[in-house]
Amino acid sequence: EIPQHSLPVIPDSTTSLALSGSYVSNKMINKLIQVHDKIFCCIAGSLADAQAVTKMAKFQLSFHSIQMEAPPLVKAAASVLKELCYNNREELQAGFITAGWDRKRGPQVYTVSMGGMLISQPFTIGGSGSTFIYGYADAKFKPDMSREECLQFTTNALTLAIGRDNVSGGVVHMVVITEDGVEHVVVPGDKLPKFHDE
Amino acid sequence: MSSIGTGYDLSASTFSPDGRVFQVEYAMKAVENSSTAIGIRCKDGVVFGVEKLVLSKLYEQGSNKRIFNIDRHVGMAVAGLLADARSLSEVAREEASNFRSNYGHDIPLKHLADRVAMYVHAYTLYSAVRPFGCSFILGSHDEDDGPQLYMVDPSGISYGYWGCAIGKAKQAAKTEIEKLQMKDMTCRELVKEVAKIIYIVHDEVKDKAFELELSWVGEVTKGRHELVPKDIKEEAEKYAKDSLEEEDDSDEDNM
Repeated sequence: EIPQHSLPVIPDSTTSLALSGSYVSNKMINKLIQVHDKIFCCIAGSLADAQAVTKMAKFQLSFHSIQMEAPPLVKAAASVLKELCYNNREELQAGFITAGWDRKRGPQVYTVSMGGMLISQPFTIGGSGSTFIYGYADAKFKPDMSREECLQFTTNALTLAIGRDNVSGGVVHMVVITEDGVEHVVVPGDKLPKFHDE
Repeated sequence: MSSIGTGYDLSASTFSPDGRVFQVEYAMKAVENSSTAIGIRCKDGVVFGVEKLVLSKLYEQGSNKRIFNIDRHVGMAVAGLLADARSLSEVAREEASNFRSNYGHDIPLKHLADRVAMYVHAYTLYSAVRPFGCSFILGSHDEDDGPQLYMVDPSGISYGYWGCAIGKAKQAAKTEIEKLQMKDMTCRELVKEVAKIIYIVHDEVKDKAFELELSWVGEVTKGRHELVPKDIKEEAEKYAKDSLEEEDDSDEDNM
């Protein structure tokens, strides 16, 4: 899920469980894929499909940015992913949240759904645990949050989702993307804030 | 500077001993035989002007346009073989459309110019095809990158310009363009000057009637490439005709 605000800071975060059927095969997987210097994707759905798609997108964007002699727009990155998802919708089961920073429009968040819909949003949530935090996210989000407020909002939202969803958990990976660069923040499960669900 | 390339000019896949590809040079001659087209970039946009020679009174007014729309934000003015130019405008449209389909936003003009130039260049490599016999000027306006102008010639080279001219009177037009301070002008001011330049370079003796085609893209059109509205065009033409008369009058006084 990704909040976004006027300081060009975009935390990305996701939970890190990988499932084979009902078996948790990995609790520390990083679902944040970098597709360009300042553009990241959260992946959801079939991780194999998502990895294949992001690999292709990363290649296409690298080529595109060399041709354009400029980093790609976040919109362009999201569009590339969308084309891949939509044109191969019969075979694929992967959805993405694309977020990043570009010179033209600053920080942006785009959702590419499994069927290939592309929309721009101020913030968005996704994944199995997201169903439990729609209320929290809608209530607590405000535009133009600071970096700390953003990180807090994200951590809280994820903690609540992990608390209620049996297939979410593990480690929280966050990425803060600004004009100046990219910063990774990792919070292990036992360091997350405590709420009243436990 | 004209020379005959006997023997080395039959196909585009042959160099002459002095390193020239004559077929490409002959293609450029085709452009020089066509009537003039100019494009000028100013502070807040780009204006195109084309001297469209009317070969017959039976032609419907406004037919055989020489200015094309390539996507909403890009305009293309052409000189040379019109059929070749039309085919290239379709190529440009397809490039712009594919870009938008893949990347979700307007194609940057430099990229479009590079892509179409590469296509034109490809036709200068093989004996099975002939080079395109047209040059064209591409222009657009964008909030972030501002106004831009590129010209592509039959050899497949593209250059960025502040002002350029193609066609039979390109030298005379260039001289007039160089007199302008285009970086400080707005589109509205420039439209009149473009009309004036076309009227100046038009040869009344050799070519009889002509229609002026004017188009622009800039802040004044909110980034869309459009033909200049009728009233503004009439005002520009009036300014052009009046300026010419003044010059004629002042010549008479000097005598």
